[in-house]
Amino acid sequence: MISRLNVTSIYVLDKEEALDFYVDKLGLEKGNDVQQGDYRWLTVRARGDQSTEISLEQPGSPLHDDATAERLRELITKGALGGLVFITDDVRALYGRLRDHGVTDFTQEPTEHFYGTDMGLRDPFGNPIRILQQGKAVEQATD
Amino acid sequence: MSREVEELNRRLLRARDLMDRAYADPLDVRAVAAVAHVSPAHFSRCFRAVFGETPHRYLQRRRVERSMFLLRETDRTVTDVCFDVGFTSLGTFSRTFREIVGETPSAYRVGHGPIVAPHCVQLAALRPREAAGRAAPTEQF
Repeated sequence: MISRLNVTSIYVLDKEEALDFYVDKLGLEKGNDVQQGDYRWLTVRARGDQSTEISLEQPGSPLHDDATAERLRELITKGALGGLVFITDDVRALYGRLRDHGVTDFTQEPTEHFYGTDMGLRDPFGNPIRILQQGKAVEQATD
Repeated sequence: MSREVEELNRRLLRARDLMDRAYADPLDVRAVAAVAHVSPAHFSRCFRAVFGETPHRYLQRRRVERSMFLLRETDRTVTDVCFDVGFTSLGTFSRTFREIVGETPSAYRVGHGPIVAPHCVQLAALRPREAAGRAAPTEQF
């Protein structure tokens, strides 16, 4: 039986810029940062959450040939690749904090649904991110 | 060359996000093109090259998707729904809806109820596809 998701990955155009966004603006923490030759294994994760790491992968050598990397970069910037969904305990406060940090690429302001309140934004490269504050009914069901 | 393509993609995506976010507002091509830092004259062609349809059509399909959502989930009248999602004429709404969905808004409502899926999934996955056999989209915004 598989018990949990350990590592997922997301393509970024630049790992340093990704760190600036995901850690300094979004508030995640850096996980692993290991340089091996010209490859940097770099992960981020929700603060204090050791269970799931998000590996930040940059298209290009040694993972991809030049043509593949170029195609991936095009797809990232079109917003055509997969994104991330996070959970927060106060989405409206987070929305305010992100705006204070100069984040402008919101795809949706905090909006209430039957399952909770969520908002949408994009990372600097075009990847979609959603952040959900679960509703009370959902919280009780999963407690 | 490649970097320029990426930057243009990203700016056009920002313009597309604006349409997804502000579909209910009276958006005009000048305002949307400005978000992409592309001249209004070139915007439609650039957008179509990157996303496969004109911005006009993209916005129409977003508005129709949102109207389908309101028809499924609420008791608002078809006329209210039409204006809720940014159409300014009931005739244009009904014609566009029928062209894209293949039936009238009222008929669609009768056959469909709420869908239990997160909002983001509905936004991304339930925007109606191009109806088969319709004429190619115009270049006009």
